Amino acid sequence: MTQPLLDVAGVQKTYTGSGRTVEAVRDLTFSVGDGELVCIVGPSGAGKTTLLKCIAGLLEPTAGTVTLAGARVDGPPEAMAVVFQEYGRSLYPWMTVEGNVELPLKQKKLDKARRRELVRDALEAVGLADVHSAYPWQLSGGMQQRVAIARAVAYEPKVLLMDEPFAAVDAQTRADLEDLIRSLWHKLGVTILFVTHDIDESVYLGQRVLVLSSSPTVIMEDLAIDLPDERTQLETRSSPRFAELRGHVYEQIQLAKHRKGDQHQRDEVTPARTAHGATVAAQHDS
Amino acid sequence: MNPVLRWGRTLGFALTLPVILVTLWWVWSADSTNYYAPPLQTILTTFGDVWFSERLRADVLPSVTRLAIGYTGAVVVGVGLGVLLGANRTLRRVTEPVLEFFRAIPPPALIPILFLFAGIGDTAKVIVIISGAVWPVLLNTVEGVRAVDDVLSDTSRSYGVTGAARLRHLVLPAASPQIVAGMRQALSISIILMVISEMFASTNGLGFSVIQFQRSFAIPEMWSGILLLGLLGFVLSLLFQLFERRSLRWYHGLRRSQRGEN
Repeated sequence: MTQPLLDVAGVQKTYTGSGRTVEAVRDLTFSVGDGELVCIVGPSGAGKTTLLKCIAGLLEPTAGTVTLAGARVDGPPEAMAVVFQEYGRSLYPWMTVEGNVELPLKQKKLDKARRRELVRDALEAVGLADVHSAYPWQLSGGMQQRVAIARAVAYEPKVLLMDEPFAAVDAQTRADLEDLIRSLWHKLGVTILFVTHDIDESVYLGQRVLVLSSSPTVIMEDLAIDLPDERTQLETRSSPRFAELRGHVYEQIQLAKHRKGDQHQRDEVTPARTAHGATVAAQHDS
Repeated sequence: MNPVLRWGRTLGFALTLPVILVTLWWVWSADSTNYYAPPLQTILTTFGDVWFSERLRADVLPSVTRLAIGYTGAVVVGVGLGVLLGANRTLRRVTEPVLEFFRAIPPPALIPILFLFAGIGDTAKVIVIISGAVWPVLLNTVEGVRAVDDVLSDTSRSYGVTGAARLRHLVLPAASPQIVAGMRQALSISIILMVISEMFASTNGLGFSVIQFQRSFAIPEMWSGILLLGLLGFVLSLLFQLFERRSLRWYHGLRRSQRGEN
């Protein structure tokens, strides 16, 4: 195997504040090859966002390293683009759609002709060719998230990080956006790391699914998804293999809820209590 | 509704009360024999004679110039310091008590001291205006800069929008609604301080003229000066509204869309 594009080795993140420390991520090691589409799925409050921020260079891990194309990540790398869950808070409301997509390209010091070309192509690729002069808040949630995706695509990253990008849109829009991600991935050959709490979504999208435990987080399983490469919402999701895979991941997640990286602490909690706790955490998470 | 009609309605609503008030004043004062409250007609006639003359250059222009320089200075200093303090927690904690103290001093109380140190020239008057009008701009800017959204801040970092670009494309626009609110308060404070500083010690200006007229018992002239000050404040606030509507178009649109959704 060739050198992996993205390498996460022994990443640990502990938050310290007001006399107590919280270990969000215990020990994560995995790698993503060039051109792969990998999903990370885990229960709510599993430190998924913390992990993603460490990979994106937005947070310094307490221990361990993240390496992108052989270089250690110690700040946001230029070869990476991030799409956040909160589309309403990740777009600049004082800029038009076009301005939002173009700003990072200006920071890259690309000339005007090239910028215009990239902005046009990216907006076309996400199906928003005709709204470039609108403001983000004039668009629906799904369209706003498309703008955020277009901005990431125009940036021409090697790795695209997505943090539960479709958690806040309705089911119909969500299915469309999932297919959009698959098609962009095919078309651009970009490496995608997609974080989600939705099991079906992770199986439908990924070539591989990494299952996380509850916080403090470790990787419980690295599962290869052997579904055919051409996926459609209707056929893929109703295939027996899809059902098997999602069932398997579901079991793992259930296990994960009851088993933290730190086993003893969990044993004191009754199952009923755990289920309740998870619901509360889910509300906080979104 | 037809836009012309709607515009006409808005104008009608806006003008009704002023027209009524002016009419009442006109009628009640028409045969006034009170020396200190002359008929409105006299005041208006005097208004033309007094202000559309040499005084426009000799008194109105200096006042407006002091106001413009003082106000601009207050905005520049307020936004500049506000960005610094808003971005730096330690600096904020160190300076906060001192700033609160200075803010608590009524600016007119500083006039005697400032005039002792800076003389009674234009510089002193500009300093008086800045020292009073800077606070709302400064404190609002600090709040606005502190409230920059975390997600947008992370987004900016990950796309390399840092340093000067961050200030220009993220921090200042994000804080602009608060900054503009501060600027609006600062505008009325500036006008007040312009007038008071001229009343204190001056050889020209609107505040000086009003006091001068009062002391020489030129009552209709005094009234006309007050009227002119009112009009000046009104026109400036209209201009400010135009500026606000243009510069915060995105903000009002965003607010409307958020209200629509919820």
